[in-house]
Amino acid sequence: MENKITVSFSPHIRDRVNVEYLMFSVVVALIPALIGSVYFFGIRALIIIILSSLSSLLFEGLAQKAFGRKITIGDGSALITGLLLAFNLPPNVPYFIPIIGSAFAIIIVKQFFGGLGYNFINPALAARAFLVVSWPSFMTKGFLPPRFGSLSGIDGITQATPLTLLKDTRLMNPTAYPKLVSQFSSLPVLKNLFFGSVGGSLGETSAFLLLLGGVFLLINRVIDYRIPLSYLATVFFISLFHKIFFQNAVSPLFHLFSGGLILGAFFMATDYVTIPITPKGRVIFGIGCGILTMLIRLFGGYPEGVCYSILFMNVLTPFIERYTKPRIYGR
Amino acid sequence: MFGKRFTFPGGIKPKSYKELTKNCPIESLPEPKSVLVFFHQVIPTGSSAVPIVKPGDKVKKGEKIGAGEGKISSPVHSPISGIVREIKEFPHPVLGRKSLGCLIENLGDGETALLPENLSPWEKIREAGIVGMGGAAFPTYLKLNPPKPVDTLIINGCECEPYLTGDFRVMVEYPEEVLLGAKVMAEILKAKKVIIAIEEDRKEAIESIGSKIKSQNSEIKFQLVISHAKYPLGGEKQLIKATLKREVPSGKIPYEVGVCVQNVQTTFAVYEAVFCNKPLYERVVTVSGDGINKPKNLRVKIGTEIKEIIDFCGGMKDGVEKIIFGGPLMGIAVPSPSTPTLKATTGILLFTRKKEEPARDCIRCGRCVSVCPMHLLPSILYQMIKNEEFAKAKEEGLLDCIECGCCAYTCPAKIGLVESFKMAKAYGK
Ligand code: SF4
Ligand code: SF4
Repeated sequence: MENKITVSFSPHIRDRVNVEYLMFSVVVALIPALIGSVYFFGIRALIIIILSSLSSLLFEGLAQKAFGRKITIGDGSALITGLLLAFNLPPNVPYFIPIIGSAFAIIIVKQFFGGLGYNFINPALAARAFLVVSWPSFMTKGFLPPRFGSLSGIDGITQATPLTLLKDTRLMNPTAYPKLVSQFSSLPVLKNLFFGSVGGSLGETSAFLLLLGGVFLLINRVIDYRIPLSYLATVFFISLFHKIFFQNAVSPLFHLFSGGLILGAFFMATDYVTIPITPKGRVIFGIGCGILTMLIRLFGGYPEGVCYSILFMNVLTPFIERYTKPRIYGR
Repeated sequence: MFGKRFTFPGGIKPKSYKELTKNCPIESLPEPKSVLVFFHQVIPTGSSAVPIVKPGDKVKKGEKIGAGEGKISSPVHSPISGIVREIKEFPHPVLGRKSLGCLIENLGDGETALLPENLSPWEKIREAGIVGMGGAAFPTYLKLNPPKPVDTLIINGCECEPYLTGDFRVMVEYPEEVLLGAKVMAEILKAKKVIIAIEEDRKEAIESIGSKIKSQNSEIKFQLVISHAKYPLGGEKQLIKATLKREVPSGKIPYEVGVCVQNVQTTFAVYEAVFCNKPLYERVVTVSGDGINKPKNLRVKIGTEIKEIIDFCGGMKDGVEKIIFGGPLMGIAVPSPSTPTLKATTGILLFTRKKEEPARDCIRCGRCVSVCPMHLLPSILYQMIKNEEFAKAKEEGLLDCIECGCCAYTCPAKIGLVESFKMAKAYGK
């Protein structure tokens, strides 16, 4: 009976899920696509991923030290930012790009605002947007065709992504456009798109490998199903209506599997810190991302809209949250 | 087997640990050498009973020692026959301050005092000192005197907290008595319907109550409702929502929607008072947790020191760090093994030391939001309280929080959410 008895507040038991569990689940979920990117684009992809991850961790540590905060590089959140940033880069970017990008993501977007939990936009996406503005040529033309297991990939000839091709053809070569549309809506092309045999950012080429990770996160309840579901459903229905009402529209499946939509829907539009905390708000957030993505793809100047849609919705998050509070029981 | 399962939105499903004591039939703890009975056995905002004995008096088992005077109060009886040694202030385990208690030494002559015969059932319930035995400890006679008509009585057999199996064993071993107690209460309330709610994983209780319900022939309709096993289904508001789809308005109590909820052991105590004229001086307590050698369900006299209970259960293991009255989610950690039990002590849980993770900043994951059965935004409430915006927090539902602990249980950042809500409520008063 000489034990020391502690008196503390209830609850006296806690779920085993902690921040590390959630963050490293996301890291694990990104592994299939990571392996895929090395397989598709060679050793160069691996170097970019490592540079981006290591510099994210380094900058996180340095910034936390500089701001006098607790060093928490072990919690996995900086690693996720590094991985996601790399996933958003074209394979042929120079090696300083991932480092500059990480610095921007971690120091400016995350730590300046107070660190994990306080940044209001997604650091990896903000960094990507920053890089596109600062080094447009590297960021929009650095795409390589997949090489499937050949380790080099360094001497590759750059190639447009399917979305770029689609947009450029529509604007510059209207006569060839219908043919491209029907080609892009054909089953073999959709299959290539799904499995990752087309050019694209490091981590976005294979919808299939990303879905593997996404489903893993859903099953483990690491992410809320509401956002990927409402995001993808919105894109699907808008592209379906587009297809029904306009000739020369690509198949909705093309929109679902191209341009990092899956990556965005499962891994970036679900970033806890920058999305509404309310269940209804998350549905609205997903729908908003879907609408914006399609507006940009169909009418905007950029071929791809995932990054800017999510960033824009991040900014709206506080407003969405305010107007989607659940009705309190009994009120 | 019994059709549709009932449930409510939100809530958590922690591991139940009920298998530790589920199959332990209720044993009676031998009479303790002495008891320390607090005169304050009702909810904290209620008032203490007033002593009607003095040191040196001999008392019989079941004899009234404290009169229930005041708005929310209830009489207190001696659980043993013996001699009053001391009446003074002792540290009260639930009130968190000192309160008047009566130390009685057992003389072991075993004479028992019963309630007066000529009382109505409602008067017997009042005189027996019955209070809500699920943990809330609201005087039962007050609950049975509703200011508005009640159409449904719900017997809460959900016992949704992990580890606890006392109500379960009472339903398994005394189904008839529970149903009789329920019938008496329904008659007092003039309720037309009695719902007995049990969680789906309590098979034996469902069977024993179910088989006895079939043989009921009364004006009152009895219905067995089987619910999902989810915490906090045993919360009154969640239970009413799950079984009747009615929502008790914010700041109001169940009468508002024509319902009265009573706990299983309370119902059993009503049976004993009305049919056996026995006052409430003992109850079934689950003794469990990873710090006890032989987990048990015990019938324990109110006021027994937990030390004696622990010894009877094979003693505690090395490294016990916490002793809890009640379940692990809403129970209260008590400061010492010499603390006496109360009428509302559902369980005594002993936990060995576990590494507790330090809290960190909220990562806005929204898990607390999705589990809150009252549909609050715990992380945002917490932020407001941290900024000392109490008025705003009240606006956002601070007082609607039932302190169930779901949010804190589930928070990956290990933030003391409920702790801050409890303190803010106390502060705001
Ligand atoms: S805020 Fe209150 S009611 Fe909601 S989960 Fe937390 S403790 Fe329960
Ligand atoms: S569960 Fe914890 S970390 Fe997640 S939103 Fe709620 S308070 Fe923040």
